[in-house]
Amino acid sequence: MTTTSLSPRATESAETEVQVPPEAAARRVQGLRHPWQWVATAVVLILALNFGQTLFTNPAWAWDRVGHWFASPAILAGLVLTLEATAISAVVSFAGGVIVALARQSRNRVLSGSAWLYIWVFRSLPLILVLLFLYNLGNLYPEIGIGVPFGPQLEVRTTNVLTDLTLGVIGLSLSEIAYASEVVRAGLLAVDRGQHEAANALGIPRYRQFTRIVLPQALRSIVPAYVNQIIGLIKSSSLLFYVSLLDLFGVVQNLQSTYPTDIIPLFVVATIWYLILTGAIAIVQHYVERFYNRGLKGSR
Amino acid sequence: MSAATNAAAAVQIVGARKSFGDRQVLKGIDLSVPTGTVTVILGPSGSGKSTLLRAINHLEKLSAGYVAVGGELVGVRLAGDRLKELPEKEILRQRARIGFVFQNFNLFPHLTVLDNIVEAPVATGLLPKSAARERARELLAQVGLSSKADAFPKQLSGGQQQRVAIARALALDPHLILFDEPTSALDPELVGEVLAVIRRLADSGRTLVVVTHEIGFAREVADHVVFLDDGEIVEQGPPGVVLVSPRHARTRDFLSRVL
Repeated sequence: MTTTSLSPRATESAETEVQVPPEAAARRVQGLRHPWQWVATAVVLILALNFGQTLFTNPAWAWDRVGHWFASPAILAGLVLTLEATAISAVVSFAGGVIVALARQSRNRVLSGSAWLYIWVFRSLPLILVLLFLYNLGNLYPEIGIGVPFGPQLEVRTTNVLTDLTLGVIGLSLSEIAYASEVVRAGLLAVDRGQHEAANALGIPRYRQFTRIVLPQALRSIVPAYVNQIIGLIKSSSLLFYVSLLDLFGVVQNLQSTYPTDIIPLFVVATIWYLILTGAIAIVQHYVERFYNRGLKGSR
Repeated sequence: MSAATNAAAAVQIVGARKSFGDRQVLKGIDLSVPTGTVTVILGPSGSGKSTLLRAINHLEKLSAGYVAVGGELVGVRLAGDRLKELPEKEILRQRARIGFVFQNFNLFPHLTVLDNIVEAPVATGLLPKSAARERARELLAQVGLSSKADAFPKQLSGGQQQRVAIARALALDPHLILFDEPTSALDPELVGEVLAVIRRLADSGRTLVVVTHEIGFAREVADHVVFLDDGEIVEQGPPGVVLVSPRHARTRDFLSRVL
């Protein structure tokens, strides 16, 4: 029925009274039942048990070989390189991300334009392309340096400064900064305007406004998004194999070509390690988030 | 009215104009607030009263005209034949001498009540940290919230949050405090506790400028009432005159709607 009137509809008489027996009204109201939940549970359990059984019955899993490789020196060396590359890139990218995000928000058109251009370029390029480009930088610019245009220059041989790990970290960071800056920018925009006004009205110096008032609140929304980026970074670091760095995945690939019978167990080893790394990050994330959420959940 | 004549004025507003695009929000306001008095600014929503208040500490930039606080131009300096905006650092220094209380409190949610109050005096170098903490506890006692020093703002009621915000403004020991509808975001039963704190401040010799809809408060506490409508001062004077026997139809119309 369509009506623009504000008065009650004619079919709902105001005099109708609902009749519920008093004993029914006195009993606890029964919650809604969810019978399909049980069906879903059964399906999942059956599938899981089926798969679980094959883990023991299928000899191709070769669990003894998994055990053999799991903590072997070669694998651990690869793991350390993965951790190093990821950790350094994560820190560098966050710092770079903050700078690019601030540049992007700058009132200076040249600054904000450069930041936009940077983000556009490095979000467009596949990481593998960035890495291989850098790897061949020595051919493009045998010497790199900085100086006054047409004036004095400071130059060094490209291959001398860029060790493989440095190059790998730079490659990872270049592309990661582009994403990190957008994560940071979204976080900064999420901080209430009133917070900036209050800090301004109190005469708090600009730099301190950022570090003490705005950034800590922005981190609330930055942390979950950036942890996601770090997890992506761990996996992206497997591409370092293509610039002759032996990260966890690189070591696995090398071992597989030497021990072709252990291909499956070596994949299992890599899988378990990547699960452990991501799991550890999720645990750290929980505590970091709790820290930045303090005071923001009211107890009233 | 010229800038030099009224030495006792805490706030002088001269020829204040402000436009947002084509819309003129302030159409040339002249107002003088004597030191140690309470001025209440009334007006319908959209009359420009908040913009005027925010112009006093340069949260809002005027298109033309100027504001002086304690005999010093705020946010601008005279350069030859025109007013030029000051560098941000200078403006922040000036703001630190002017208290401002927001409608929505704008407490820092990630800091405890005590740290909210300690922040500004430490950040501006007014007090070392230990002295600032001691001062903050005194101020909390003054607004009746000694037991809440370690609570976070979101754990307090609106009225308590606004009292913390007032203590935060007082931590810089300003001679002038601006209130932008300090009770408008509060549940009716919490309005009284905040007004009581402001009333006590009025007796402390500080200069207060209050934008509010609380006519009862204006009648009781104000020395001077300013009625603003459509970016202009329609009428001003002692509350006994403006609120009781207003001369202008627009003032009468407004009062009949809010009373």
